[in-house]
Amino acid sequence: MPGQALTPAQTVGPFYGFALPYPGGPVVVEGGELRLSGAVLDGAGDPVPDALVEVLQADVRGRLDSGLFGRCPTAPEGRFAFTTVRPGPTADGCAPHLAVIVHARGLLLHLHTRVYFPGEPLNAADPVLAKVPDARRGTLIAAEAEDGYRFDIRLQGPDETVFFDV
Amino acid sequence: MATPLRRDGRDAHPDRDHPAYRSTALRHPKQPLVPLHDPETELARPFLGAGPVAPLDHDLTAQHDGPPLGERIVVTGRVLDGNGTPLAGQLVEVWQANASGRYAQAEDRHDAPLDPNFTGVGRCLTDAAGVYRFVTVKPGPYPWRNHDKAWRPSHIHFSLFGTAFASRLITQMYFPGDPLLPYDPVMQSVNPGARERMVASFDLEATVDQWATGYRWDIVLRGPGAALFEEGEG
Ligand SMILES: [Fe+2]
Repeated sequence: MPGQALTPAQTVGPFYGFALPYPGGPVVVEGGELRLSGAVLDGAGDPVPDALVEVLQADVRGRLDSGLFGRCPTAPEGRFAFTTVRPGPTADGCAPHLAVIVHARGLLLHLHTRVYFPGEPLNAADPVLAKVPDARRGTLIAAEAEDGYRFDIRLQGPDETVFFDV
Repeated sequence: MATPLRRDGRDAHPDRDHPAYRSTALRHPKQPLVPLHDPETELARPFLGAGPVAPLDHDLTAQHDGPPLGERIVVTGRVLDGNGTPLAGQLVEVWQANASGRYAQAEDRHDAPLDPNFTGVGRCLTDAAGVYRFVTVKPGPYPWRNHDKAWRPSHIHFSLFGTAFASRLITQMYFPGDPLLPYDPVMQSVNPGARERMVASFDLEATVDQWATGYRWDIVLRGPGAALFEEGEG
């Protein structure tokens, strides 16, 4: 069946900061014990101060029906941070992960990536990680940090983050 | 198991590598995207915890003590999925410059006046027929530094989710007959067949006598459908 023609995407632009962020946006789960922070970087390794990072994840039991969502604009150094809980494995056999969308000035269509956790035994059997070339898989695994986990998103360059065609 | 989304029609979206829009140069991935077919997480529906939509959130002219300067307009239309099904209860978020082409954000240094009666942020939920409606003023064009004499055509930014993270859409609505459209590399990044789908129509039905001109703009998001994979995708 031919579909209704889709509306094209356009960049979020430079000036969404007074509109899209909302109080509590970076708090996916109130009082959550997991802090996930990082930076968005461009192809020159410079911070992207006008990106907007959104996450969607399962709850601790791996259920997605509560739609756990967070939204965080990047700061001048490109930094973002979420407060959440560690998700459980989802029904499709995926290891614990967060789905991530990156919007930015200069990005005409947002990008999808995922955050996985280091040292997680289920990673070895994850069907999504299995599709990623060995050399690039590490870009999807967060690093342990003093205050939780760190996940940098490199839009381009030698350590370019793996992005998905969802 | 989550309902898959149709995968056809996505060539409506611009190529992320669009040299005429200079900021794309260092901000688009150069490695191929990894196909992710019918993932549970990305097909789940996000819950935006921004609080309930207030009665005046859809009226950008009624959020301050007085009315803003500019041409009062009604912007309305339907939110549909790619099968033509209206999407009810959809959160629609909009933001825009004021009538002079200035955003109420500190980083906007354009030498045009701020309007104390205009912030330029609105939200609403679509009704049972998928209809959204905003009251606002027509945003002015504004200059940017992409190239010599670069001016963005008048536009309103729109943000929507559809039924899933994977149907997320951020886009811009343009106005019919705007002479700046052919010169705008952002708008022109979309292929010619799809470009006009971002341009609203003047609409007499949405126009309110003695009060506001009306514009109509329908928005189509990815909808559910069998996982028909595009040629060459695997
Ligand atoms: Fe804009």
